[in-house]
Amino acid sequence: MLTLKQGRQLQTVLLGTLAWLVALTIFFPIFWMILTSFKTEIDAFATPPQLFFTPTLENYLHIDARSDYFHFAWNSVVVSFGSTLLGMLLAVPAAYSMAFFETKRTKSTLLWMLSTKMLPPVGVLVPIYLIFKDFGLLDTKFGLVLIYTLINLPIMVWMVYTYFKEIPKDILEAARLDGATALQEIYRVLLPISKGGLASTVLLSLILSWNEAFWSLNLTASSAAPLTALVASYSSPEGLFWAKLSAVSTLACAPILIFGWLSQKQLVRGLSFGAVK
Amino acid sequence: MSDLTIRNLKKSFEDIHIIKGIDLDIKDHEFVVFVGPSGCGKSTLLRLIAGLEEVTSGSIQLDERDITDVAPAKRDLAMVFQSYALYPHMTVRKNMSFALDLAGIDKAEIQRKVEDAAKVLELGPLLERKPKALSGGQRQRVAIGRSIVRNPKIFLFDEPLSNLDAALRVLMRLELARLHKELNATMIYVTHDQVEAMTLADKVVVLNAGRVEQVGSPLELYHHPVNQFVAGFIGTPKMAFLKGTVKAVSNAGVTVALDCGPHYQLPHQSTSLKPGDDITFGIRPENIEVVAADQSPFKVRLDVTEHLGADTYCYIKLANGEMMTVRAPGDFMADYGQNAGLLPDLSQAHLFDASGKTIPRPRPPAQAA
Repeated sequence: MLTLKQGRQLQTVLLGTLAWLVALTIFFPIFWMILTSFKTEIDAFATPPQLFFTPTLENYLHIDARSDYFHFAWNSVVVSFGSTLLGMLLAVPAAYSMAFFETKRTKSTLLWMLSTKMLPPVGVLVPIYLIFKDFGLLDTKFGLVLIYTLINLPIMVWMVYTYFKEIPKDILEAARLDGATALQEIYRVLLPISKGGLASTVLLSLILSWNEAFWSLNLTASSAAPLTALVASYSSPEGLFWAKLSAVSTLACAPILIFGWLSQKQLVRGLSFGAVK
Repeated sequence: MSDLTIRNLKKSFEDIHIIKGIDLDIKDHEFVVFVGPSGCGKSTLLRLIAGLEEVTSGSIQLDERDITDVAPAKRDLAMVFQSYALYPHMTVRKNMSFALDLAGIDKAEIQRKVEDAAKVLELGPLLERKPKALSGGQRQRVAIGRSIVRNPKIFLFDEPLSNLDAALRVLMRLELARLHKELNATMIYVTHDQVEAMTLADKVVVLNAGRVEQVGSPLELYHHPVNQFVAGFIGTPKMAFLKGTVKAVSNAGVTVALDCGPHYQLPHQSTSLKPGDDITFGIRPENIEVVAADQSPFKVRLDVTEHLGADTYCYIKLANGEMMTVRAPGDFMADYGQNAGLLPDLSQAHLFDASGKTIPRPRPPAQAA
């Protein structure tokens, strides 16, 4: 029989092991991608897969010669930050009105907004493509900013709404009595109080926009194409070159991985949807 | 000047009527307390005055100026919230200067006003702290300080003491009373605690189900409630209500027969009562004396007694199920289940007709309000 203390220790060890297993499983593809990016194409194809090999930079040099990485990276930065900024400008007032001036329809509006995320994007590809064509938005950064804002907005509103809900209404009413206009109330009281939650929302939106591939592949060609489009361009015509594909993927993921790693704490807090006060 | 005049004020949320037509006059320098059971609309009434809720119909005037539809910021009122509602990201100093800042007042002037208010409330050493580093009582004082610096026409308090522990509550109650005298301000205070209402108010407004039941000084309400609701709400322990029937009505008064036994001749004057009418006899715990069973026609069995030191509360369950409480002297001793007699002081008794309205009793000169 185990004593209570031993039982608890055993539980800790088991849970710890499980957590490590899950974490490693999730991390493995990324690890393998980075590893493959340093292999020659022959090593990359080898069976059984090789864990030890002579590393080479030839894939990276090839990418540098063939495509203008910074052009794509810059597009990714512009559309991610652009759509996040635009999204926040819309999400904050929307969440403010829903959190503090709730009506009978607020809950259903929120649900309806979220339900748009359940629609398969391909279902609206043709109409959106035609609209973009007619408005001259195809292969423009502005077009991507618009579409990313639209697809991320429901999540952003929902998150910001959740954070605003945690703030006692009294504080805003006190500001109102203190003479604050609605804008002053938002900028001088509401935003500073909820800055932690807003930061998480911004991070999530940046990451989602950075990683988005479906719309960027369908709505851009070259001038506005972000990194996801660059990656895709390596998977086609001449057959599969695993090592080069891995290298370009690594380059596409690296900035957001580093960014995510630096802001880990904020992100975890954000994804737990305000469970931590 | 700060005279507040409320006329036929109504507030509904969808089809729920919260405030059902209130008329009220609040004079300059008065300390007015809204009191009533939860859900009576007292907080809503305060929020209507503050401008935090939209008025459904009726009007609110502050010194001849109609403020019914004026934005809260432009009403020249300050409010202290139950939760204090301090700005968590600002220091105590910033919390107090926020309103002045927004109003674009000169920096030196702001500094002077904040320091003055901090002195009155003994907040000096805390000015650079954030609210989360303060105790409940200190937060309360910052919330009050935030209103003081603005020098508003009327201070509004929404149950400001209910988050404090009992000892601190008594202390802050005294501090508020002192502040009222020192600032010579007009204050409106909402509470469900009738002790706070009695101790703080110049004028108590008793609300029930969205209507004003009675407005008056604390003692007026205590001694001359207009109906059974006010009589039961004001005073602890509660006034005892005993059901009975009118036996006779004459110039000398009303004779009642209580369901629990005794007959009493009371000095109350009524033109509406007639023999056979249902009546409720009300008596406050301190207006009853417990005597030996053979010395009174009102015979009871004592239930539990509570010794509070200065007073003893005797709880009594009458044969017909009615409950009453007697406030006896501190050294009063009785056994559980002991037989006793009760002697009510009939000059202090209250009578209510079947609809709960008070049958007026003659006022002794000392009690004339």
